[in-house]
Amino acid sequence: MKSRALRPLGLAAGIATAAIVLAGCSTGGGEQSDPNAPVTLTIATFNDFGYTDALLQEYMDENPNVKIVHNKASTSNDARANYFQKLGKTGLADIEAIEVDWLPEVMQYSDMLAPVPTDLTDRWLDWKVKAATDADGNLIGYGTDIGPEAVCYRSDLFQAAGLPTDRAEVGKLFDGDWANYFKVGDQYVAATGKAFYDSAGGTYQGMINQVEAAYENPSDGKITATTNPEVKDIYDQVTKASATQSAHYSQWSDDWYAGLSNGDFATMLCPGWMLGVISGSAKDVTGWDIAPMFPNGGGNWGGSYLTVPANGKNVEAAQKLADWLTDPATQVKAFENAGTFPSQNEALSDSTLLDSTNEYFNNAPVGQIFSERAKAVTVTPFKGEFYFQVNDAMQKALTRVEDGTQDAKTSWDQWVSEVEAIK
Amino acid sequence: MTVRSPKRIGFGGKSFSSWDLKLSPYLYISPFFILFLIVGLFPIAYTAYISFQDWDLVRGTGTFVGFDQYATVINDPKFWTALRNSFSIFLLSTVPQLILAVFIAVLLDQNIRAKTFWRMGVLLPYVMAPVAVALIFSNMFGDQYGLVNTTLQSLGIPAIKWHSDAFASHIAIATMVNFRWTGYNTLILLAAMQAIPRDFYEAATVDGAGKVRQFFSITLPSLKPTLIFVIITSTIGGLQIFDEPRMYDQTGTGGADNQWLTITLWLYDLGWGQWNFGRAAALAWILFLIILAIGAINLFVTRGLVRDEGKKSDMSRAQMRAARRAAKEAVEASRAAASQKTEVLR
Repeated sequence: MKSRALRPLGLAAGIATAAIVLAGCSTGGGEQSDPNAPVTLTIATFNDFGYTDALLQEYMDENPNVKIVHNKASTSNDARANYFQKLGKTGLADIEAIEVDWLPEVMQYSDMLAPVPTDLTDRWLDWKVKAATDADGNLIGYGTDIGPEAVCYRSDLFQAAGLPTDRAEVGKLFDGDWANYFKVGDQYVAATGKAFYDSAGGTYQGMINQVEAAYENPSDGKITATTNPEVKDIYDQVTKASATQSAHYSQWSDDWYAGLSNGDFATMLCPGWMLGVISGSAKDVTGWDIAPMFPNGGGNWGGSYLTVPANGKNVEAAQKLADWLTDPATQVKAFENAGTFPSQNEALSDSTLLDSTNEYFNNAPVGQIFSERAKAVTVTPFKGEFYFQVNDAMQKALTRVEDGTQDAKTSWDQWVSEVEAIK
Repeated sequence: MTVRSPKRIGFGGKSFSSWDLKLSPYLYISPFFILFLIVGLFPIAYTAYISFQDWDLVRGTGTFVGFDQYATVINDPKFWTALRNSFSIFLLSTVPQLILAVFIAVLLDQNIRAKTFWRMGVLLPYVMAPVAVALIFSNMFGDQYGLVNTTLQSLGIPAIKWHSDAFASHIAIATMVNFRWTGYNTLILLAAMQAIPRDFYEAATVDGAGKVRQFFSITLPSLKPTLIFVIITSTIGGLQIFDEPRMYDQTGTGGADNQWLTITLWLYDLGWGQWNFGRAAALAWILFLIILAIGAINLFVTRGLVRDEGKKSDMSRAQMRAARRAAKEAVEASRAAASQKTEVLR
């Protein structure tokens, strides 16, 4: 008797629950389908994307039903922790900014992000799109900025070493492969006895970013780093040159910042965003300049995307906003606000961008230089699941050689055993 | 005639009352244990569960791998390096710190002018945020342009490689810890010193004992229980040291050759750097067991030390049980005698 009485009750409860769930769904869906319903969109960024209140207000004026709330995390590390904690659950903003460095991790969860509409993919540089496209062919990030690399140099130190100082001539000097760059370094060291570049790690990073598949096999994701002759070759080149040419600083250390202004090194690999770092920490130095050239072709270091989590409440409206925020015209305004170099084809030939110069770097036409450097990038390095662990171990291996803890061979062997233990 | 038990006031009669007596104490302390269950025990148990999985944080799923994660951690040379570093930094920070703290506390215990000012001054470093301390000290210990090396070089002493020599890096990190915690421990020890009856010192002075003799024969023995407390808290703190090594260089991963990689630093990197929560959970449990083991050793050693303080009795457990039984029987016998007495009186 008891069980029979309970059964209909349970059924009724089940139906009621289902009805509530369905009702919840249908009202949610209804809101989304009406494009003019008032909606509040949240956008989460870090550092400075150049999305000022005034810029966001422009969108709100065009779309009176939209209210934008912009949350800025202070560092990208905070943003990264937040992003991965909430990605599989709820609580992310409607639009979340990600850094290119997190891409290997983000791509593992590409199914949780709303893909960018296919008609937009022509907007960005090829390699920018390719880096954020998953195995199913979905582009999961709206490209914002990029970090095309040139070489920054100290013209005063070059003069003292008897090297050319003029921007175009220095560009010609670096026109060639890395062996050529290190040859110039030898000349500089021979003439002055001082270091030529800041660190082995930074230089290595510039070189390895030109390798198509450095650490992992793109087809099956297996680690190939320790047997890849290209990696070994780059390692050998860098450690050999660094013995005399490197100032032995690890990037972002206090000593490195001090060295920037003390003239401890004469050149440095320089993505667009590095200009602000140099001019900010070496305020009184006059002499930093930019050579419109990068050894062995083009290179990219850094950059960001906007992503739209697929389980957000306002996916459609968020996609519309992300589309607008990464529009070439908007991105040029962001560049004016914060110096974030645009990744959109059209923006690269925008006259505002091309006309921009940098007073600190001897009035270098930075817009023009980096626009050309961006077009010179041909390789999209493959970065799989283990990229960071392998690369991090490599950076430590280089540091061990730099600070004299180990010689190049011992350090390489330790790196090999570390990489082999990764699983 | 039978004896009527005294009438109880209240409801529910005898049974409720006895339940009340038995349960109430536990109910009163239950809020703490319920809270601990939610915010303490559950995470600990869940960590244990995750440590047996290959865990995917984002999707919240995992595959069971048994003791694989534990094996990987123990077999990783990094683990042993991290363990060595943790202990080395712990010893370098705790030992000099406690000696210094006792010394300063003795100074502050003297009859000096502006007592409160000095005492507050000692505590000042403790008020500073650990990250701020670490930032300032890391800058001072810069290899090339750090204040310490510049000073050394101007004195003709060669610069020390603070970021590549393991022992030097431990000293640098221990210095930060000492800077921050010496004052705190000083105040605790000072409070204990003030509780020592002054008559002891007066008597000792009359007997002709000097200051040094008084310190070793009166002050130190009286400080024993406090010292034990301080040692235990610094042990736990020392093995969990994180902020200082994390801020010691710009990457916060413990150095190129893991020179100052501590257990907690590696734990953080496994979890929040590599998103390998299964392995991080396994390491967390290993650290938990290590701390438990050291806590047990501490307890063992200190029980020997404190015996004369809170002495209960020299009897063994069996003896105590026997004594308890005897006492109970005696009470019952006296009760029986009393009831007989009342009967007689009636």
